[in-house]
Amino acid sequence: MNAWNRFKSSYLLYSFKRDPLAILSFSVLSVLVVICILAPVLTPYNTYDTATFDIMDAETPPVWMEGGDESFILGTDIQGRDLLSTMIYGLRVSLLIGVGAVLLQSFIGILVGLFSGYFGGKLDSFLMRITDIQFSIPYLIVAIFTSAIFKLAFGVGRYAELAVPLLIVIIGVSHWPIYARTVRASVLGERNKEYVEAARVIGISRWQIMFRHVLPNTLTPVLVISTIQVAEAVMSEAALSFLGLGMPITKPSLGSLIRSGFEYIFSGSWWITFFPGILLVIFILVILLLGDWLRDVLNPKLYKG
Amino acid sequence: MKNTNGLLTVKNLVKHFDISGGLLDQLAIEKGHIVRKRTTVKALNTVSLSILPRENLGVVGESGCGKSTLARAILGLYPPNSGEIYYKDKRIDNLTAKEMLPYRKRMQMIFQDPYASLNPRMTVKKTLEEPAFFHNKSITAQDAEDKVAEVMQQVGVDPQWASRYPHEFSGGQRQRISIARALIVDPEFVVADEPVSALDVSIQAQILNLLMDAQEKRGLTYMLITHDLSVVEHVSTRVAVMYLGTICEMAPTKQLFESPRHPYTQALLTAIPKLSRKKTKHIKLKGEVPTPINLPSGCIFHGRCLYANKRCINEIPRLIRMDSGATVACHGVEEGRL
Amino acid sequence: MSHLLEVKDLEVKFALRFGDLTAIDGVSFTLDKRERLGIVGESGAGKSVTGFAIINLLSKPGYISAGKILFEGQELNQFSEEEIRKIRGNRISMIFQDPMMTLNPVLTISTQMVETVLAHHNMSKSDALDLALEKLKKVYIPSPEKRLDQYPHECSGGMRQRIVIAIALLTNPSLIIADEPSTALDVTIQAGIMDLLLELCETEDMGLILITHDLAVVSEVTEKIVVMYAGKIVEAGSTEAIIHDPKHPYTQGLIKALPGSLQPGSRLYQIPGMMPNLTSIPRGCAFHPRCTISDTICRKEAPPLISVSDHDRMVACHLVK
Repeated sequence: MNAWNRFKSSYLLYSFKRDPLAILSFSVLSVLVVICILAPVLTPYNTYDTATFDIMDAETPPVWMEGGDESFILGTDIQGRDLLSTMIYGLRVSLLIGVGAVLLQSFIGILVGLFSGYFGGKLDSFLMRITDIQFSIPYLIVAIFTSAIFKLAFGVGRYAELAVPLLIVIIGVSHWPIYARTVRASVLGERNKEYVEAARVIGISRWQIMFRHVLPNTLTPVLVISTIQVAEAVMSEAALSFLGLGMPITKPSLGSLIRSGFEYIFSGSWWITFFPGILLVIFILVILLLGDWLRDVLNPKLYKG
Repeated sequence: MKNTNGLLTVKNLVKHFDISGGLLDQLAIEKGHIVRKRTTVKALNTVSLSILPRENLGVVGESGCGKSTLARAILGLYPPNSGEIYYKDKRIDNLTAKEMLPYRKRMQMIFQDPYASLNPRMTVKKTLEEPAFFHNKSITAQDAEDKVAEVMQQVGVDPQWASRYPHEFSGGQRQRISIARALIVDPEFVVADEPVSALDVSIQAQILNLLMDAQEKRGLTYMLITHDLSVVEHVSTRVAVMYLGTICEMAPTKQLFESPRHPYTQALLTAIPKLSRKKTKHIKLKGEVPTPINLPSGCIFHGRCLYANKRCINEIPRLIRMDSGATVACHGVEEGRL
Repeated sequence: MSHLLEVKDLEVKFALRFGDLTAIDGVSFTLDKRERLGIVGESGAGKSVTGFAIINLLSKPGYISAGKILFEGQELNQFSEEEIRKIRGNRISMIFQDPMMTLNPVLTISTQMVETVLAHHNMSKSDALDLALEKLKKVYIPSPEKRLDQYPHECSGGMRQRIVIAIALLTNPSLIIADEPSTALDVTIQAGIMDLLLELCETEDMGLILITHDLAVVSEVTEKIVVMYAGKIVEAGSTEAIIHDPKHPYTQGLIKALPGSLQPGSRLYQIPGMMPNLTSIPRGCAFHPRCTISDTICRKEAPPLISVSDHDRMVACHLVK
């Protein structure tokens, strides 16, 4: 029975097909992800290319309103960029940072949790204290310091180029403790199981046991929290950008767009904040709903049949 | 340092577990002062025994008696606090992991829980191949596959199912796979820790037969740990009865069951339910089983024994060899009272 | 003459994603006051499900699809949840294998016992406490006043099970269903619990249903047994008669497979194969693939449970007359 057949008859797929909310969330998410990937092809304009827009087009309303222009379906932002295209590129950046940050978080967190849980003793105490310390430092403070120092040291232009990796590192390094704690809890449970004892009786080294036997069995909770962590990373990035610490205005993410339009809400150009805001909410919502469903499906206590 | 012709000998083995916890957990307030309390579980208290080649030694006792700890200490999973372990006259409890490797091939273990003793994320093939590859680096993939198929056949599981995962098998089949994993490296000595306790009666018989056949075909030596005395009566050649980390009595099976000398053994034997017409009178033991944390003084059984005297409260009895060949640790037996 | 409990043609099914599975297929037995019945079988035979069905503790996706359960003349399976609650824990009590399934780890013993009493009777708290103390003494718990203020984790396994029995006795039930009550306990403690249950049946005028896989325990405690296999009763009758003269091939195999029955050192008798999964019960007699004497009729028709010879013995086998 190969992997595909096993998947087709699995409980995961069965439960998925019966849950309309899961199907809806997954579909919406897939559509959004595909749009992001195909952004250069799909969008009417390439918003990173300064040649394609004109400041004179700034603050054009959406097409169905008075003063709207057919070439700008959802209107333009304060720099004259087409809002729809900018939103799609913004979502792309948000998604990139979200996934990148989670990959970094999980890498650090899994290693820390694994060593801490398996070796125990003083190493465990030491690593857990570091985890606690990291947990207590608000990522905002870290972000403020890091971006301020970076901009000072390398200038705003360089900052714009390296903003994405920098944000991935900031958010990744701030949030790994939750992976460490989750993995450590799993490892503590698995470490005393008899298949681990059997491996020790055979003579297999601790490192091999840790990575080959224990680690694969701790990954289910990691999968469950990863979806929520992606949503959180996206929100963190949006918050940072909103405060001006994240993506620069030249390569805006959804958060930056919301920020840039914020001053103009009451002066009439509400769409600059509104549409990116809606898109961000929908994106995070479907990730969280899917994560909820995944957590219920993978819960061994609820698993029936 | 020389011992008898035992395959595996244990001398004065002591194993204590410190469960005091961190510094803050240890502090307590007693009579107005802050004191530091250390809690130790005294799992094994000076245990000595010798297992002869090709025999089947049954180790019985109730929960907390230390039989599982003894098994794991022998296999090097728990380093002892003091005492020595010898395998064929060579001392093995103080070896490094590397020096221990050749012995790992000769000593294997079968576990109690068929659901937890196989890695749920590894196929049966991978689980069985692992020890084969580990102990023989030069083996080819094809050879390993053949060996896996051969051992699966021997334990009665269809080799075609080697690519399946443990959760696709029943409890009895998983236990067979566990046995296969122990046998694939061609060991000499196998410790079976409650191998059939978690299985249904009709499957128990199958697994016990399998173990007996394997012993005969391969010339194995077994240490069988169980709480089920009827199993031990049927399968073991000698029996050791443990209570709170000490051996109370050790004798050839028939002798132990026909004429038990230690009061605990006697109580234990009457407590086993038997398929009989009349209800046998159970010897009611006083009190509760004490915890291995606060061991009673002197003879660990004195609090529950109906025949305890002053000497029993103060002095720990030694294992003494009787004329019959049995060894018993009891003042009453030594003094001729019982 | 009405029995204390009468189960007639009980059928329990599980509604799963690939269809309905029959877990219990036409089980019938009776129990009178002070009688002790053993339901014996291996895992998957359906004995625990029978126990749960009697007091309507079946959780989804299980449900009673047919049959009647008559307790003191009343049809239990027709009761509403409200009415069943008056019986459950009151007239019929249940004891489980793990005492921690009954005991709440964060409540003291006295809180739990008083709670149970007040759920079914109207009395003052101090009266309830007196009742609790009385029952703790009945199960031979040493220094019961001290135990009342303790938490479950401060008591040993055997002690906890005795407390569970005491809780079961609080409402003076007419029937106790014990599902593997001593399987998780050490042999010496097990003996004590079994002795206790036996004594209580006499002194408290109760009926006992003991569900277990352990034939030896059942032979020491019960007067009559039903042997279950794959959801059906294959043999029923008095304990003594069945243990010494089993008629159904499965019962015979079970008894022969016990280590005590053959010469030490010899190969144990083993019943080939294993109990079928609920999803693939063989046609005809469910036991025929493992049976040493099966015939063509066994493959086609399921044998009915009929009386044979004497002493209310019933056997479901084509080849036993």
